[in-house]
Amino acid sequence: MESSLYLLVPLSVALVFLIGWVFWRALHGGQFDDLERPGYSILEDDDRKSGSEPDSRPPEA
Amino acid sequence: MAAAVPCCFHCGAAVLEAHRWRSPVLGAEREFCCAGCQAVARTIVAGGFEKYYETRSAAGPQPQDLPPAEIYDDPAAQQQFAVRTGEHRRSATLILDRIRCAACLWLNEQWLRCLPGLTRVDVNYATHRAQVEWDERATRLSRILEAVRAIGYDAYPFDPQRQAGLERAARRAALWRLFVAGFGAMQVMMYAIPAYLDDGGTLPPESAQMLRWASLVLTLPVILFSCGPFFSAAWRDLRLRRIGLDTPIALGIAAGFGASVWATLTASGEVYFDSISMLVFLLLGARYAELLARGRAARGLDRLSRWMPSFALRLDGEATEKVAAHALAVGDRVVVPAGERVPADGVVERGCSSVDESLLTGESAPVAKAAGATLTGGSVNVEQPLVMRVTRVGAETAAASIVRLVERAAAAKPALVAGADRIAHVLTYVVIGVALLAYLGSRDPWIAVAVLVVTCPCALALAAPIALTAAAARLLERGVALTRSGALEALSRASDIVLDKTGTLSSGKLTLAHTEVLGELDAPGCLALARALEASSRHPIARAFGAGAHAAPVKELVNYPGHGVQALVAGRRVRIGKAAFCAELAGSPARHDDLRSSAYLAGESGWLARFVLEDTLRGDAVSLVHELRAAGLRVHLVSGDEPRAVAALARTLGIASHAGGATPQDKFAFVERLQAEGRVVAMLGDGLNDAPVLARADVSIAMGGGSEIAQLRSDLVLLGERLAAVPEALAGARRAMRVIRQNFGWALAYNALALPAAAAGWVGPWEAAVGMAASSFIVVLNALRLAARGGDPGTWKAVSTSSFLSRSRSYF
Repeated sequence: MESSLYLLVPLSVALVFLIGWVFWRALHGGQFDDLERPGYSILEDDDRKSGSEPDSRPPEA
Repeated sequence: MAAAVPCCFHCGAAVLEAHRWRSPVLGAEREFCCAGCQAVARTIVAGGFEKYYETRSAAGPQPQDLPPAEIYDDPAAQQQFAVRTGEHRRSATLILDRIRCAACLWLNEQWLRCLPGLTRVDVNYATHRAQVEWDERATRLSRILEAVRAIGYDAYPFDPQRQAGLERAARRAALWRLFVAGFGAMQVMMYAIPAYLDDGGTLPPESAQMLRWASLVLTLPVILFSCGPFFSAAWRDLRLRRIGLDTPIALGIAAGFGASVWATLTASGEVYFDSISMLVFLLLGARYAELLARGRAARGLDRLSRWMPSFALRLDGEATEKVAAHALAVGDRVVVPAGERVPADGVVERGCSSVDESLLTGESAPVAKAAGATLTGGSVNVEQPLVMRVTRVGAETAAASIVRLVERAAAAKPALVAGADRIAHVLTYVVIGVALLAYLGSRDPWIAVAVLVVTCPCALALAAPIALTAAAARLLERGVALTRSGALEALSRASDIVLDKTGTLSSGKLTLAHTEVLGELDAPGCLALARALEASSRHPIARAFGAGAHAAPVKELVNYPGHGVQALVAGRRVRIGKAAFCAELAGSPARHDDLRSSAYLAGESGWLARFVLEDTLRGDAVSLVHELRAAGLRVHLVSGDEPRAVAALARTLGIASHAGGATPQDKFAFVERLQAEGRVVAMLGDGLNDAPVLARADVSIAMGGGSEIAQLRSDLVLLGERLAAVPEALAGARRAMRVIRQNFGWALAYNALALPAAAAGWVGPWEAAVGMAASSFIVVLNALRLAARGGDPGTWKAVSTSSFLSRSRSYF
């Protein structure tokens, strides 16, 4: 019973680092740069999406 | 190790070839890593700036090979960032790069001051920007940039795109630090719970010890990475032998972490990893909120500087050509399609449309534009295509001028902020002193940590700046540019407002009030005659007669500037103009005194008519006076116009205190007299002609009208024609001061309570962390209320989804 702690606690530490890595990827992929605009994109018509969408975001460096 | 490999005296890198590059600095022979560092050090010493090496807190930058700076001398390229300030003078904002510490900025500033041909140098220590003005006959921009490179730094003209990239990187880094601290804190808290719940014996010592180690492992990244900004700021202050706002925080974190690590290693005492990581998380949360608040406040300016379109349709004969907007030159003809932005300042040549200038003026209704009307770059052409002739480009456009003025205001530190900084500074010394005493008194390190953490000089330091920035951003949205940082405070205290008439309450456009017939011809006949005479004139009076049918063909039209016009109409010689001028033809003196706002019409047979002209009152002048009075201000009207006309206007508006026929000296004396009575005087006038009076008033507001904004010398500039912006600015200033007072009150009260409580040992590290972060948060959130868009239902109705999207795009 108690010995399971020796597995679970290090596991939770590893999990924290894993989640940290996932967040790092998301952050540097630009997912947190703008939290407002994606909310409006669902209001857009699909045909607009193909037409004017590509230039609405400057390419990421 | 350090003794074996000496470090470069300039950049701190290892010296691989000993004794190869040497030069005396600060009275001793020093080693350098390369010829570049040696040259830089020699240049600095030769320039007499050795003091830099004494005061610097970080190693200098190693010089780099950079592309030649000559490209910035190209006049076309300079149009983007430089502005002409005199016949041979140009001014530009430079970004100073590779700055390591305050001493670097000092060195750059002194260095630039010594360069020949530079007439002005202002280095902003906060933004690392330098405003330089140079004489084109004596130097070139590339020489200035190269001078900066000669001492190992880099400078390049300020470019908003590049700046946006840097800001995004800063935001991401802050968010990442926040996340690391937050997740670390959450997980460490979980490991801490068993120890809190343990009531003796339920948690075996081995398990407790393992949980401590796990906490230590997860707190390590929080300390090493997330706390970076606190430690580096504290270290910088320490090197400069002073105490900064971050010093107590860094001390508290370091002491708490050190004590906990010791307890873990020796398996004794108490650990507070959870309190420390949570403190860091809350602190970084408050900092992140501050960063967002600043970004949000700066957004108003960004809108102006980024909303210039990148392309323009230049008209070449009849064909159009798509060119980059910055390639436009003065005099180019450009087509502005409906729905597009105007690429530069200009004048309409052909076409008739309405233009949305809300970006600049805050006025949401589009303004009608026909041939001859001025267009402001960045505004949107709503209805039909227009052909315009470019009059100003690049940094000289109205939008760019406003950005510069407002930035200049934001860079200066108002007395209010400087005072708060001083108090916060003193408080940090008090905190460290009290923490030391508490520790010596109680021998309990946790009391000292609580004292260091719980007091929050940051709340005090943040109380005013964010509120001021937010208020300025909000005002800009409503069409008022703040050009002096202390102006909001003065405006909020104003007890009297002095209004000017011409160009302020009135539009400056003359209209015909009535026609007094003096001869045999009836009124419509006189008017038709007047129209015929004035048809080709561009004089302001001419417009008062308006367009319409006129009597007969006009021959031998002669213009006598300053007097009037004479012509042959249907075979009869007639004159229109001043009384004396017409009297020569009429043969008898005028029967009326010559009021400034009258025009006379006379024929060879005698007088024909007197036209009484009136300056049209702006539509919102009445409500302006009403609202100002409702806000508790005494309203005065002072004008250079004829006293009776001013009195009549004052009656219409219900202003008791008025003075007509006032010269600029009279106006000046009027303001001085009010001030002698102890009144705080605001003055609303036309920025060009009333400049001395505006300077005398405690706070001045100028009608910018979108044109010569760069030359205006006033504290606030109304960017549009909307007078309602004045009471709005007044209300905004008062709200800002109220928020600042609340913030100060809160910050002082919090610290006054928290400091003794912590010193007495009533506050644990955990409560200290929450209290400290909350006090910062409250200050920031309270200030952010000022930037909130309140009560503007019209915008929501008018904004369609697509325009909303185009709006949000520009925020990236």
